[in-house]
Amino acid sequence: MNQKIKQKIAFFILFLSICLVVIPIVLLVIFIGIKGLPAINWEFLTGLPKQGMRAGGIFPAIVGTVYLVIGAVLFSLPIGILSAIYLSEYAKENILTRLIRLAIINLSGVPSIVYGLFGLAFFVIFFNFGTSVLSGSLTLGIMILPIIITATQESLKSVPYAFREVSLSLGATKWQTIKNIVLPNALPGILTGTILGIARAAGETAPILFTVAAFYLPHLPKSIFDQVMALPYHLYVISTQIPGVPDRMRYGTALVLLVMVLSINLIAIILRYQLRKKKRW
Amino acid sequence: MVEKKVEVKNLNVWFGQTHSLKDINLDIYDNEVLTIIGPANSGKTTFLRMLNRLNELQENFRFSGEIIFDHKNFFDFSVQELRKKIGMVFALPVPLPLTVFDNVAYGPKLHGIRDRGKLKEIVERSLRLAYLWEEVKDRLNASAFLLSGGQQQRLCIARTLACEPEIILFDEPCSGLDPVSTAKIEEAMQELKKDYTLVLVTNNVKQAARVGDRTAFFLSGELIEIERTDRLFTAPKDNRTEGYISGRFG
Repeated sequence: MNQKIKQKIAFFILFLSICLVVIPIVLLVIFIGIKGLPAINWEFLTGLPKQGMRAGGIFPAIVGTVYLVIGAVLFSLPIGILSAIYLSEYAKENILTRLIRLAIINLSGVPSIVYGLFGLAFFVIFFNFGTSVLSGSLTLGIMILPIIITATQESLKSVPYAFREVSLSLGATKWQTIKNIVLPNALPGILTGTILGIARAAGETAPILFTVAAFYLPHLPKSIFDQVMALPYHLYVISTQIPGVPDRMRYGTALVLLVMVLSINLIAIILRYQLRKKKRW
Repeated sequence: MVEKKVEVKNLNVWFGQTHSLKDINLDIYDNEVLTIIGPANSGKTTFLRMLNRLNELQENFRFSGEIIFDHKNFFDFSVQELRKKIGMVFALPVPLPLTVFDNVAYGPKLHGIRDRGKLKEIVERSLRLAYLWEEVKDRLNASAFLLSGGQQQRLCIARTLACEPEIILFDEPCSGLDPVSTAKIEEAMQELKKDYTLVLVTNNVKQAARVGDRTAFFLSGELIEIERTDRLFTAPKDNRTEGYISGRFG
């Protein structure tokens, strides 16, 4: 067999594997789209659930998910970025910091139901926040913390060392160097990590199960100590707990969740592209 | 008698187990161009980075000895103050990921100058001193990475000048540049030595002969010889110096 044919076979195998990756994603979106689209109308998006959630809209669940995601990001973004800066710029290399790094990497592999139980024990009961937006946001925040820290550390590391050296050699302090040079150039990567975290927080059911999610709550929360409905949990409820929910409502809910997560990702991609256009090295 | 700007006494530097500089005794005079020559690994860059306190960024760095700067103990200055007074130009041009203007204004901003008019004045003066103003005056707001290699290195010189240093350290500033860019940078140095003290580390023996008032020869972390440039090149005392400058090794 000559080299040209070998090369063609190799390309074909590579192409096949990318198809195997892309096809399920495309099918999923199309499938959910076709099945869910008939349910989408103004009332569905902005109305309250009716007839024991067998009719009406999913507005409270949309709002609940948005609140939870905002809360989770408000909590985890500053803490995540600051601790990543500490770990990658200030902390000395020793056993303790190595253990911390290892722990952070492992935290991202902890099953989400474990975060849910932790949230229940720690925020709901110990801190007495009750089942509330606050408890749910904090639980989701802790869950996405490792994602944000890891992404931030990676993007801080990707800023060339020479830039830091130049900045220091001109008489900058370490903090001035981080603030003026390192952070602005690490921003695209930090953004990506944050968005991945947001997408994960928006889609998870387990962490909010015991900490915030309401089975049925046909009004909006008045404070952060109120319960809310959330899309993933709502989807679970109408799919398994209530008989006689029309199919299109389930797929409609799934479609809304999918579109929310995908558009967050899209915003991230556009933002990152804009930021990357500016840098050249 | 010319003023002594820097006095280095019995300087030893180690990185881990490696003894990089051995008992260096050397004075740098006000407004002179001191060139340092020597083969790779002779410690010349380490010596230069000592004067800007950049060696300390490496974890396994140790040193002993004394440095006097402006008649005061070198280490009585804060690191930031010292690095402002003793600027550094690196071997490879490293523009910061900012515009041309912001690259030059970076140092002055760090040292507290906020006034836009004052910054413009400093930027223009520094770019003129580095022989770059005419080439970039119309694209001050472009990314510094759009400049050519030679322009980038002159930008780095302008950036160092903008901090208003007293001494400028050049670490093989022309090693990555073509002869025309090299000539421009040497021209800038000739102009700069009227107002500044320059220390130039170079791999290029001819460059040392062209720009240096005095030349020091480093070999394996030792200072072999320091002498007026014309004397060092015509009548070196040490035969290792002679071997190096005549191209027998290194």
